[in-house]
Amino acid sequence: MSPLTFRPAQQAERPGRGVGRRALLTGAGAAAALGVTGCGTGFRDSPAGSGGGQSGGPLRVLIGSSGDAETRAVRAALADWSKRSGIEARLSVAADLPQQLSQGMAAGSPPDVFYIAPEEFAAYAGNGSLEPYGARMYDDFYPSLLESFRYEGKLVCVPKDSSTLALFINDELWRRAGLTAKDYPGTWDELHAVARRLSSGRRAGLTFDPQWQRVGAFMAQAGGHLVDRRGRADVDTPENEKALAFVKEMLASKALAYPGALDAGWGGEAFGNESAAMAVEGNWTVGALANDFPDLKYTVVPLPKGPEGPGTLQFTNGWGVAADSANTTAAVDLVRYLVSANAQMTFAKKLGFMPSIELLDERWRKEFPKQSAFLDGVPYAQGVPPVKGIKEVLAEFGAELEGLAGKKPKDILRSVHSALKAVTG
Amino acid sequence: MSGIRLPRRRRSIHSGQAAAGWLFMAPAIVLLGLFLVIPIAMALWVSVSDWGGRGNPFTGAAHFVGGRNYAELLTGDGLARRDFATSLRNNAYYVLLVVPLQTVVALGLAVLVNRKVLRGRGLARTAFYFPSVTSSVAITVVFLFLFTASGAVNRLLGYLSIEGPNWINDPRGVVHLALSAVGVDSPPAALRSPVLGLDVWDWLSGPSVAMCVFIVLAVFTTSGTFMLLFLAALQNISAEVEESAQVDGATAWQRLRHITVPMLRPTLFTVITLGLIGTWQVFDQIYTGSQGAPGKTTLTPAYLSYEASFTSQEWGRGAAIAFLLFAIIVVMTLLQRMVLRERDTGGRRPRRLRPSATAPKGGEQA
Repeated sequence: MSPLTFRPAQQAERPGRGVGRRALLTGAGAAAALGVTGCGTGFRDSPAGSGGGQSGGPLRVLIGSSGDAETRAVRAALADWSKRSGIEARLSVAADLPQQLSQGMAAGSPPDVFYIAPEEFAAYAGNGSLEPYGARMYDDFYPSLLESFRYEGKLVCVPKDSSTLALFINDELWRRAGLTAKDYPGTWDELHAVARRLSSGRRAGLTFDPQWQRVGAFMAQAGGHLVDRRGRADVDTPENEKALAFVKEMLASKALAYPGALDAGWGGEAFGNESAAMAVEGNWTVGALANDFPDLKYTVVPLPKGPEGPGTLQFTNGWGVAADSANTTAAVDLVRYLVSANAQMTFAKKLGFMPSIELLDERWRKEFPKQSAFLDGVPYAQGVPPVKGIKEVLAEFGAELEGLAGKKPKDILRSVHSALKAVTG
Repeated sequence: MSGIRLPRRRRSIHSGQAAAGWLFMAPAIVLLGLFLVIPIAMALWVSVSDWGGRGNPFTGAAHFVGGRNYAELLTGDGLARRDFATSLRNNAYYVLLVVPLQTVVALGLAVLVNRKVLRGRGLARTAFYFPSVTSSVAITVVFLFLFTASGAVNRLLGYLSIEGPNWINDPRGVVHLALSAVGVDSPPAALRSPVLGLDVWDWLSGPSVAMCVFIVLAVFTTSGTFMLLFLAALQNISAEVEESAQVDGATAWQRLRHITVPMLRPTLFTVITLGLIGTWQVFDQIYTGSQGAPGKTTLTPAYLSYEASFTSQEWGRGAAIAFLLFAIIVVMTLLQRMVLRERDTGGRRPRRLRPSATAPKGGEQA
């Protein structure tokens, strides 16, 4: 009984202590680079605010977790920060992140800190739900990653990690097909050739999901993209058509099969249960394979070069801070801690996340030599354009790509182009 | 003033009842108001506003934009209209197949378990009703497993030497499939013209193979409920009516066709109405099962409304979809009422059966 009565008192105490400690921490150098701006806003919504006594209270953190490991790692990081700052941070794991986040925003009581996906970023930035704290951060992030979190010229959020696409190769099947490390495909033709060689019966040589998030890598290799430099739709181009034609060709020769056709939910699963010998997937697959198929031996190599050189896609999640948070200063401080080199390296070791800051490049390579192919792609990777409505456009693209085998690439690109043009203006 | 009224009030034995009535209704009115009327009013406002999903839409956060959200769905040239049209097509095929099927199956099951000679009637009733009381999420998941490419259904088909399709991943429409079986793979130029942003050819695709799984699922889960409604109605039909028909020499089929079904008309109306509403609102199976995939062929307006609001933060559009859906349901129900009523006065049925059809009404009045 005593812990029950004790706990609220403890919580009520914390905010007071928190302010002092945070100031100390900022000065101490954990976030030295921004010491100047660290105390920009203060507690804007102090007692009179709509938060109803929440101001300065514990921070609420909402994440969409990939599993127990991620939940535990984030919880540990929060506890660590709480110890330093004296501010409690409570973690909730969302079953459906976009829905729970939207509910919080609409109700005017959003979580203070949360994961935000680039596809959804622009929608939230557009309605002013996000605190644009980017200017108060270090400047060591990979520039290409930051592009996904810029809205109307302003850096709103920072990325918490990064991932790129690479080629996963099943060692055993590779060897059995009489292939060696010299045969790792460097060009489209080589990819097609080995994929054909590796496919047999119900097994496909290569698999990836029918969506821009995979096929877009081939578009990049052909010199294509979704939007041009000025952010305008630029989908219906000969480059993109070349890429789609190549994917279609691989589908036709049965070298490539979509995961659905292999009875798998996604590319990683098809690769893991060996119904495909190669897969175009991102680094999250490493963790998933270790979990579900611990005995699988595989190699990760960079994606082959296309007619216009190397190309890959990159993905990330950002740390969003709610504009309606009662304690944005503490929230931003928490984010600063979570993207710090130490915290990111801990996440990397526990979860295999690839860091979002260049500072860790070498340390990460040393830690994960087998995965350096992912990091190799970062300099030239393309990200999700931060456009409001991009999510529907990508969904439309995916729907079209599912039927690629029976469609003209040009028709698909034309329809996606008009859809994207409607949202980019 | 009061001097004139008081005696009148005292005279009426109903005078105190009005206040009592309001009192007893108060909880219901408050609850309905709070959880139905206010939210609907709110949604209506949101559908004509630019509310972005942050804060209260009744405060300064939202501005009136007139019919812009509706226009975007009906006349715009972006994805919004195309997606809406796609979802309407998908749902229309779903309704077109589910409503008649579930009604017929439910009626059949009801007639079956209503027969007194049937052994283990209780067991059969429970078995048929069971899918209806099971959580739709659980059943959807089971169906997803049954209909994977190497799932139970395809194994079964395999025994019959039929290679089943990759059900839930197959975006091809069944009408398109049938046409391509007779060699028509691409549309004639006439069918290329778009209606609501979607080619006529695409409108005519028929439900996708994936959607067929959801159609089977819906028939499977709802037939039990409607069987119960039919069963209750069947037990209201007195045995004499049936007997007199037997004496007149009517066969079992004739009795079903000319006696049972006409007498079930009120129930039939209820079942079809509930079916129409339920099928136009299909959401949870889609949310758990496919989220609109493959190729948006299982996208439904209800799910699209959710998607537009919660993931795209287009709350105005989401609310507008909901109201268009509401309009569709109302129109459909009115149409259906008209059709059923017309038949009632159509006089195409043999005259001699009319008295028996109205018999229970007389009984009720007595």
